[in-house]
Amino acid sequence: MSERITKSMARNIYFGGSLFFFLFLVGLTVDTLSQLPERDNRELITESVALGKEVWEHNNCIGCHSLMGEGAYYAPELANVFNRRGNSDEKTFKQYLSVWMSIQPLQTPGRRKMPQFNLTDKEVTGLADFLIWTSRIDDNDWPPNIEG
Amino acid sequence: MKFESQQVAKPYFIFALVLFAGQIIFGLIMGMQYINGDALFPHIPFNVARMVHTNLLIVWLLFGFMGAAFYLVPEESETELFSPKLAMITFWVFAAAGVATILGYLLVPYAELAHLTRNDLWPTMGREFLEQPTITKLGIVVVVLAFIFNIGMTILRGRKTVISLILITGLIGLAVFFLFAFYNPVNLVLDKFFWWWVVHLWVEGVWELIMGAILAFVLIKVTGVDREYIEKWLYLIVALALISGLIGMGHHYYWIGPPEYWLWLGSFFSALEPIPFFMMMLYAFDVIRKRRITPNNTMPATWALGTAVMAFLGAGVWGFLHTLAPVNYYTHGSQITAAHGHLAFFGAYAMIVMAIISYAMPILRGREDGNPPEAQKVERVAFWLMCISMIGITLALTAAGVWQVSMQRLPETGATGFMDVQTQLNPVYWIRLLFGTMFAFGLVAYFASFFISGKGEKSKAA
Repeated sequence: MSERITKSMARNIYFGGSLFFFLFLVGLTVDTLSQLPERDNRELITESVALGKEVWEHNNCIGCHSLMGEGAYYAPELANVFNRRGNSDEKTFKQYLSVWMSIQPLQTPGRRKMPQFNLTDKEVTGLADFLIWTSRIDDNDWPPNIEG
Repeated sequence: MKFESQQVAKPYFIFALVLFAGQIIFGLIMGMQYINGDALFPHIPFNVARMVHTNLLIVWLLFGFMGAAFYLVPEESETELFSPKLAMITFWVFAAAGVATILGYLLVPYAELAHLTRNDLWPTMGREFLEQPTITKLGIVVVVLAFIFNIGMTILRGRKTVISLILITGLIGLAVFFLFAFYNPVNLVLDKFFWWWVVHLWVEGVWELIMGAILAFVLIKVTGVDREYIEKWLYLIVALALISGLIGMGHHYYWIGPPEYWLWLGSFFSALEPIPFFMMMLYAFDVIRKRRITPNNTMPATWALGTAVMAFLGAGVWGFLHTLAPVNYYTHGSQITAAHGHLAFFGAYAMIVMAIISYAMPILRGREDGNPPEAQKVERVAFWLMCISMIGITLALTAAGVWQVSMQRLPETGATGFMDVQTQLNPVYWIRLLFGTMFAFGLVAYFASFFISGKGEKSKAA
């Protein structure tokens, strides 16, 4: 195969091909951005959700957990933790999360440890609101089951 | 060495390898924490160890790429480097920023680091691989721009080869796509969508250009094969890397919010991503077979073939294993992902840096004929130890992933919870840790090979 392709043909494939597919990617990106508001429910992003994302980032939660499957694989998936631990009920989940965060690190020997982050009540509520909002993103029905 | 200014590559290579050692130490710490959650807790929580492990990887590879560029661009351009002084300034600034950031991770809680560096002014922290404080990210931009300016000016005033052209395109792409690290909207879906413009477009995009250019340079040097032939292959490989990889980014868009058409596009194009790696492997063997010279230093050719094979396995085969949307639905974010990540990064990027180091470092140290046979023998042992260990790590993690998916993801009712599954996976994590330890021995052997001098050389030195 390679004998029939000259160097200048190869160069043209490189420049032409990558330019074409980059423009294709930009086009798809524009289309995706126009569809996202339907799928991410951005009108439901409150100040509390925004605070929650900040808490999430400032404590590097992604360093152990995954969120929509991305992050580390040391600790459970959290995009559906609202459904798993809160039974899809906001009040139940907020109570659960508040207790859960306050009792860390668990003293079970050998168990993977979550540090104590000393979050304020407002921050825990924000974190809960952020995870509740995340659980409602249309992500093509991932994960396959409640265990994440 | 053809040009005096190529010497600036040396500190870059040495520092890259020092950081590599750090990466492996923190890898071993995590290997222990996977089995025993109490290990080093609370002094080094897992998230800190992971951040240090992955950030050291990225930074040592960048140091390696920069060293490679400083070594090969003057030789390709047939001129001295534009400014060796600027190259030394960027070295010290980058090294200082890197060390300060790693110390920040280790010495203060992450939230404290975010507070100290005023992340609230321009929040960019707390996202996987982009954990660096905003000020560090700005520093990286300054360093990379100064570096590209230096390399670009050198290319402009000298001979323009395909290798330099592909290399500088890759480096400019690296700089441009890094700018997306500064975009962190409150909307998580947008955040994730453009996060991949840094991460995917680096490792499955422009880094492949950098890898291809370095590999082509090493192959020309160690085989004496006609440049025209090698450059044609290089064009085709990087063309296919971008043609498959740009839309191949869709395989990251399946489950994070973007519309369903990415399931088709991502599956189709990312299924093509192994092709350039397969071609790279064919061409590396083909070029070595056609060799016109047989240098005394035999290790660079070994690393060059090794990187082509291991990149094909790690990025190509292990990538393909879980890239199709119906498969990825079950494997996404499991230990399969970790298996792929380890073999792909090691095979494609760690090994290409060790290939150029194996070729350039002896010359930079005044051994124009390569390292003495005694040193090469140890380097060869290190090569095999590291390759075999990494394959062992990958197989262990793959087994863990398959096991995890079958217990936690496949059952529609009564699936086992994450933490319980992880406990059951402990035997496999022991095997992973064993191979990780073996890898560390390989690395020690690799370092030792730099300090072995030949019989003839000793008398010359004395």
